[in-house]
Formats: sequence, structure tokens, C-alpha cells
Amino acid sequence: MSLFINQLINGIHVGSIYALIALGYTMVYGIIRLINFAHGDILMVGAYTVVVAIGTLGLSPLAAILISIVICALFGILIEKVAYKPLRNSPKISSLITAIGVSMLLQNLALLIFTPTPKPYPVPLSVAPLNLGDIQISFITILTFGVSIVIMMALQTFVTTSKAGKSMRAVSEDMKAALLMGINTDNTITLTFAIGCTLAGIGSALFCLAYPSVSPTMGSLPGVKAFIAAVLGGIGVIPGAMLGGFLLGIAESFTKAYISSQLSDAVVYGILIIVLLFKPSGLLGKSVREKV
Amino acid sequence: MLKVVDLEVYYGAIKALKGISFHVNKGEIVTLIGANGAGKTTTLNSISALVPIKSGSVSFMDIDLKTLPAYQRIYKGIAHVPEGRRVFARMSVKENLEMGAYCRKDKASLNRDAQRVYEHFPRLKERRNQLAGTLSGGEQQMLAIGRALMSSPTLIMMDEPSMGLAPILVSEIFHIIQDINKQGTTVLLVEQNATMALSVADRGYVLETGNVVIEGTAKELSNNPEIKKAYLGTA
Ligand SMILES: Nc1ncnc2c1ncn2[C@@H]1O[C@H](COP(=O)(O)OP(=O)(O)OP(=O)(O)O)[C@@H](O)[C@H]1O
Ligand SMILES: [Mg+2]
Repeated sequence: MSLFINQLINGIHVGSIYALIALGYTMVYGIIRLINFAHGDILMVGAYTVVVAIGTLGLSPLAAILISIVICALFGILIEKVAYKPLRNSPKISSLITAIGVSMLLQNLALLIFTPTPKPYPVPLSVAPLNLGDIQISFITILTFGVSIVIMMALQTFVTTSKAGKSMRAVSEDMKAALLMGINTDNTITLTFAIGCTLAGIGSALFCLAYPSVSPTMGSLPGVKAFIAAVLGGIGVIPGAMLGGFLLGIAESFTKAYISSQLSDAVVYGILIIVLLFKPSGLLGKSVREKV
Repeated sequence: MLKVVDLEVYYGAIKALKGISFHVNKGEIVTLIGANGAGKTTTLNSISALVPIKSGSVSFMDIDLKTLPAYQRIYKGIAHVPEGRRVFARMSVKENLEMGAYCRKDKASLNRDAQRVYEHFPRLKERRNQLAGTLSGGEQQMLAIGRALMSSPTLIMMDEPSMGLAPILVSEIFHIIQDINKQGTTVLLVEQNATMALSVADRGYVLETGNVVIEGTAKELSNNPEIKKAYLGTA
């Protein structure tokens, strides 16, 4: 029983991180129907920013992490402006290939600047874990879960109640109709990238606290998993990304504990395939159709 | 108020508008009629900058619209009820109306306009918390018109507002168009239903494969034998 609960807690821990990253995929997809393959690499950008800010500039960990989140948001804006905006009216496949190109560019730049040797994440967190009988909850788990939940609630409130959030939903439903309402769709798209990458920046810090090794390709695997989480929950749907992230984290953690740690990725893909067979639009995928 | 001169629009190699000219005066209801594919929607879309203009000019209240981004046109007072309604399906009726008022800052007159929309369309008030995508086609059409009115426009362009509506609703919509006009909004109306359109319009233009072929007052057009034959079904 305690193994079960401990694994559940582990699953929720990684699941919160997947969910944060998945939100970026889903928001960008929702607004410009693009799978931003470079999104996972934003994790790496955030992590190296912290390494440099602490190691080279001598900043405090908190300042370094805050700066890294800002840098991630700026990278998101820059990538959108330089790589995707010029292709707004090109065939989808061009943007998709560009996205893969941006991902490779970021990884190779990191390789060039920081070498392939992994660096330790320079933020030590030594707070005693919470012990409840056989069940142990680490401080990082509590922090990760707490931060993710607060952020997800804030995001949900933002898109459902604020003017900018509503215009984001309007643009993602119908860009031309949004233009007719007077919405500056270019700004809305930029804002979406900025928010998505801010969440990835926060996800980066939380991820590195749990897995404190920084390398040029560190963003690939969590990026792919978060993408799967977004598809699982229904890509383009914000609560879907959250649900998908948690489900994926929990499924992965249980597979590792009860079946085999080698099989955990296979199980993750298996779940995705099964869900998509029964519900191609994902768990919370769009069901409201416009009448024509 | 609105002046279109020698407008040409291409879709790739296809020339959809071959140099059309027309104008709308303040306070008028002007209708563009024509068969399927004549270029009516293209005309409205190019005024809204949803499609790029190859040559010719569009000006509104003596401002050249050429360099004005699409999203800024509503701030100048041009609202557009697009073809196929295009309401935001996953937003509620109320949120759709809020989006219609996106360009406005004056809260007080905004509430008055929301009341006005609900008076025109009591059905929308009943359903204000329902998702727009679950409304019936006619209700969506009402919402699309209501949403455009929320910007308090000087000119409202409507693309086939009667499309897919039951006959009783069609005459209701046309009454509302007249009401809107009486309350001071100029109307540019694109219609398949030429009989109805000419019954409310002051003037009209007939489009045929990208050209204006006939123009005149609504009365002249209603009595024109060619139009009677081709568009009114009463030879
Ligand atoms: N996106 C597009 N790409 C290519 N051709 C187009 C496009 N949109 C319209 N056309 C063509 O331009 C011409 C004019 O179309 P438009 O939609 O303006 O007609 P319409 O008068 O509004 O017709 P309807 O009454 O059927 O709505 C048609 O021949 C149409 O096939
Ligand atoms: Mg049309």
C-alpha cells in the first residue's frame, strides 16, 4: 500500500512538470495549429541560464531562476517572430519542418557553447522530507505540485475572465473573425508564445530540481512526453494538457514500479495509441462543432 | 461614406473582382446582389482586408484604408457580419457579444448597446450562458449580427444575413436591419434574396462574375426586366 501511495506521489510530481510543459504545446497549437518542436528545448535554455547566472554571474538561486524564466519567455517571443511568423501563410509542413530546425539549432548552439558534458544544476535544496509513517513526501514534490497547481489555476482564470485571455480563445477559434472584432492577432500570438515559454521556464526549474543534470539534449525527452500528454488530453484544450500531464506522470511511475522501468516509455505510447483509437481528439478534445 | 474604386482582387491566378466601383452614402442601405460566385463576399472581405487587394482603392469617411491593418477597421467604425456567421463556437453567447465590443472602452454606453442587442434578439438574452456552437443556425445568425452591433458601428456590412433561415425569421431579420438603419447605422447588405434586399434598400448594385453590371435605386432595380428575370424570379 505504501509503495502504491509513494508511486502515486512520484507520478503526481513528474506529472505536474509534464502538465506545465504540455500547456505550452497546447496553447501554441490551439492558436496557430503548429506543433512547436522547439518547446522542449526551452527547458534546456532555462537550465543553462541558471547555470550561467549562478556559476558565472554569481547570482542567488532565486534570482537566477526568475531570470531564467524571463529568458525562456523572451526566447519564445524571438522564435515566434524569427522562425514562425514569416511562415504564417505557408503550408503547415513548412512550419513543422522549421520547428524541427529550431529545435536542432538550439541544441547545437548549446553543444557549441557548453560542450556535451552534463553540468550539475547549481541549486541545492536540502529540506527534510515530510514523513507520514511509511509514506515520504520530499520538499521538492510539494513545491512542484504546489507551484503547478497555482499556475494552472492562474492560467485558467486568465483565459476565462481576462480580456487578453478571451481574445486568445477567440483567435484560436477563428483568426479572421477575431480580426473583425478588432483583436491584434499578431500580438495575441506573441503573448501565447510568451506565456507558453514562461510555463516551460518554470517547468525547467522544477524539472532540474528533481533531475539536476544540465545537458544540450535534456529537453528532448520531457518535451516529447509533454507533447504526448497534450495530445492525450486533447491538443488545443488547456484543461486537457493538465489532465494529460498528470495521467502520463502517474502511468509512467506505476509502470516503473510494478511492471518494468524499461517498459515505461512503451506503456506511455501504448496509452496514447489506445486513447486515440477510441477518442481521436484526445480525452477532453473538442466536441462542439460549428453548424454550417 | 464608403467609396470603392476600380477594385481588383485575385485568388492566385483567378481574377475574382475585375475592377468594381461603388459607393455608400451616410444613412443609406445599399445592397450588392448577384449569383453565386459573383464576388460579393470577396468585395466585403477586401473592404475588411481579409483578402489582399491587387489594385484600386477603398476609402471610408475620406480615409484611405489601404495601409490600415485589418484589425483596426472596426476602430474606424466598420463592422462586418461575415459569410457563414463565424461566431466563436466554444464561447458563450455573452462572451461572443463581449468580443464584439472588444474595440470599445466606454463601459456605460456599452451596457446600453448590450441592452439594445437583447431587445432586438430576446432569444439571445435567454441563452446568454449557452455555448454559441450549440445554438441553432438562426440563433447563430442573430448572434453574429448582435456581435457586430456591439461595436456601435457607423457602417455595418452584412454577408447574407438571411442565409439558411426560415421565412418568418428572414422577414424578422430584414425588419431588424431597417431598425438598425433608422437608429443611425449605415448598411451595406449582400444578399441572394434579392426581393427582400431590394425591399429594404435605398440603392443597389448587381454583380456578375466580378463586375458591376447594373446599378440604380432599389425601385429602378426592382422594375428592371433583366433583374426581374434573373434575380427576382418574376418575369
Ligand atoms: N479562397 C479562395 N480561393 C480561390 N478562389 C476563391 C476563393 N474565394 C472565392 N473564390 C472565387 O472567387 C469568386 C467569387 O467568390 P465570392 O465568394 O466572392 O462569391 P459570392 O458572390 O460571395 O458568392 P455566394 O453568393 O455563393 O456567396 C468565385 O469564383 C470563387 O470561386
Ligand atoms: Mg458569398
